[in-house]
Amino acid sequence: MSVTSYVFGIVAAALILVVVVELLRRRHLRERHAIWWIIAGILALIAGVFPATLIWVSQLVGVEVPTNLVFFVSIAILFLVCLQHSSELTKLESKTRTLAERLAILELEVRERDTSRPDNEG
Amino acid sequence: MSAAFDKTLIVMPAFNEEASVAEVVREVAAKLPGIAILVVDDGSSDATTKQARSAGALVATLPFNLGVGGAMRVGFRYAIENGFDNVVQIDSDGQHDPTSVPELLATLASADLVLGARFAGEGDYQVRGPRQWAMVVLASILSRSSRTKLTDTTSGYRASGPRAVALFAEHYPAEYLGDTIEALVIASRSGLVIRQVPVSMRPRAGGVPSHNPFRAAAYLGRAALALVFAFIRPQSTYRVGGSV
Repeated sequence: MSVTSYVFGIVAAALILVVVVELLRRRHLRERHAIWWIIAGILALIAGVFPATLIWVSQLVGVEVPTNLVFFVSIAILFLVCLQHSSELTKLESKTRTLAERLAILELEVRERDTSRPDNEG
Repeated sequence: MSAAFDKTLIVMPAFNEEASVAEVVREVAAKLPGIAILVVDDGSSDATTKQARSAGALVATLPFNLGVGGAMRVGFRYAIENGFDNVVQIDSDGQHDPTSVPELLATLASADLVLGARFAGEGDYQVRGPRQWAMVVLASILSRSSRTKLTDTTSGYRASGPRAVALFAEHYPAEYLGDTIEALVIASRSGLVIRQVPVSMRPRAGGVPSHNPFRAAAYLGRAALALVFAFIRPQSTYRVGGSV
């Protein structure tokens, strides 16, 4: 592994962490959504700074090519994030739906009240 | 019968039905004098709201399309908040004959949910092919689950008593096909009594039922999915009186 690729790995991992922390700091990201990205960033940083750990873990779980472990973990994290987003989307949809239903009833009630007031007749 | 009418709300989900809704509202009002009619405009882009209002119905307008399930939930909530005991769902395309409503309400005395069934003898409504097989399979599964003989489980013509209204106001399913199939499973799993009454059905005012085999297959798949998940859903999902 050349020095360039060593530095590149560390910089990329650090960049992920910086962006996530910055978004959290500005409240553009909620903690429960950030958690997966933070985990991914920290893992990438560890593997970047100490490539030996990656080789050690690969041997531990029986993955012959360490890079494949990187791919596996990356895809697993992306998959979980995706799943979390689908679930959040479902919750949001059901909230929007409830709001729409309440709105329809409230509008009807306001209208009824308006028309039942004598000064608004006609 | 008029006492039951006082406590009954007719709910008509309507999506782009400007051509038929006013006529159906007038017919229901004429055949069931004094009954309250709520049309839920399910985000129509046409004059459904205006037409229904001019015919004298109460109209709740949804800001966007939610499907029949969402529209019915508005109806059930409105019924609870305004002191109606029973809710009768009638399609706004004129397919359901309102003369059957008193019979549905009478059956409600000994049941919580009464279905107006299209294939139970009256009328001349026919469905063929895969869609019919799907309906037969659905009917036999749902009959077993609700411990009563049901032949037409996807009928949108149904009357709900006080217990069903309380349950549905919170848990009426909003997914496609959920409003008919899953609602029955929720009702039977919550211990409600389901009955079926034969009703005559008129041909649809507009549109032809699809006989496209791909559509039929998709219908079958979605119906199966709706059914499976309705049965494996945790019981706590259907608790009444909790928060949202």
